[in-house]
Amino acid sequence: MMTLFQPGHFFYEVWIARGVLLSGLAITVASAASIIAIGLSVGILGGLCLTYAARPIRWVMRAYVDVVRGTPVLVLIFFVFYGTAIIGIDVSPFVAGVLAIGGFCVAHTAETVRGALESIPQAQSDAAKAIGLGFWGRLVHALGPQAVRRALPPWINTAVEMVKGTTLLSLIGVVDLLLAAQQAVSRSFMAMEFYGACLVVYVVICLGISQLGALVERRLAYIRY
Amino acid sequence: MSTTAASANGHDGSLVLSARDIHKRFGDVEVLKGIDIDVAKGEVVALIGASGSGKTTFLRCVNMLEEYQAGTIRVGGEPIGYHEEGGRRLRLPEATVVRQRADIGMVFQSFNLFPHLTARANIMLGLTKVRGKSKAEAGAIADRWLERVGLSDRKDHYPYQLSGGQQQRVAIARAVSMDPRLVLFDEVTSALDPELVGEVLTVMQDLAKSGMTMLVVSHEMLFVSSIATRVVFMDGGRIAEQGPPSEILKNPKSERLRSFLGRFHGVLR
Repeated sequence: MMTLFQPGHFFYEVWIARGVLLSGLAITVASAASIIAIGLSVGILGGLCLTYAARPIRWVMRAYVDVVRGTPVLVLIFFVFYGTAIIGIDVSPFVAGVLAIGGFCVAHTAETVRGALESIPQAQSDAAKAIGLGFWGRLVHALGPQAVRRALPPWINTAVEMVKGTTLLSLIGVVDLLLAAQQAVSRSFMAMEFYGACLVVYVVICLGISQLGALVERRLAYIRY
Repeated sequence: MSTTAASANGHDGSLVLSARDIHKRFGDVEVLKGIDIDVAKGEVVALIGASGSGKTTFLRCVNMLEEYQAGTIRVGGEPIGYHEEGGRRLRLPEATVVRQRADIGMVFQSFNLFPHLTARANIMLGLTKVRGKSKAEAGAIADRWLERVGLSDRKDHYPYQLSGGQQQRVAIARAVSMDPRLVLFDEVTSALDPELVGEVLTVMQDLAKSGMTMLVVSHEMLFVSSIATRVVFMDGGRIAEQGPPSEILKNPKSERLRSFLGRFHGVLR
């Protein structure tokens, strides 16, 4: 039992590096949660703009979505990180990185929401109009629930991609789980062990999200045609 | 001419619907070329005609589900969708259009129940969110209508758990529970299996008898002849002929109507 915690053993090295590893994990979770929160809130608004807004607003949103979706996330991260520095705005690498990936998540979420809303038959909107519901009434009570059902599977995919995308934050010096593990590796040379442990942690987080998504999907399965 | 038809039929003459010279274009194609229709309170007016003659489009204009480019539709005396201001024709504010729609019920060919709501909740939605009724009150109204259309035992079913005929009866209950001035029926039995048509027509017959004002697009000639107070034959975006069913269906004047009715031969005589 004691041998597990002697120098040169994996568990010993984990114990030594526990501070940086735990804070790395916290950074990973916090950044992923922030990115998803930004993506969801702004992305839903963006999706509504893409679907219903007057032309100029729609065009602006369309341009944003097309540009951001067509750009590698890493380029976005560098762009925001160095861009803010160049124009003299002082933001931490964490904030810059979260904003960049969050902006990416917004584009994907907006497009998912638009797709979901537009895939609902026009007849549903007609029926909601016919009983006298206004725009927001139709959206909240008639179209929204159906759109959630349709948007959820692709959106869960996006959320999982965002979690994995947080590893790119390590490239601008944010000590996330990956960079914390890297530091532990550079001291212990136990690359297989630490990166393997990282892999397990990421899989657990992503699996958790997709399981949660599947659960909600099952709850919404009664929405059928 | 149509107003006289209404009063000749013994109705009290107060017009629920009055459309004057309605023109509607989809791009370059003019689908309504000047429609005049009056519907008095308690009348059941059937719109018949070949597909493409503009029946459904006209019905959708009455509810502002389609915009129309010229003419005036009045429901209860109030112009629907547009108003004149300084000689210019302007669309009414969205809030006004939304309010006007609440007083005009519509039943669709494809039922269009909300799939995420039970039969009862489908009926309650408009009552609570549009009419501002309490859940209890709306629930009681929904239950009453579900009983009247014979679906009390299906009230907690979702649409996909109901047959087409049952869905359409819920859709009718959803429309009429709002206590509209006028109910529009858009080929409501066309998407149904033949053996399910009867149950829907029975409900409509019941409504007609109770004095509901109805504008019905239908290909069910037997049904039209039995419940319509007036039949309007549309052809190529115009009204070609109208009158009581006995006259229109048995003694058509125009060749077009004769050939149209010819397709239903055997059903009528």
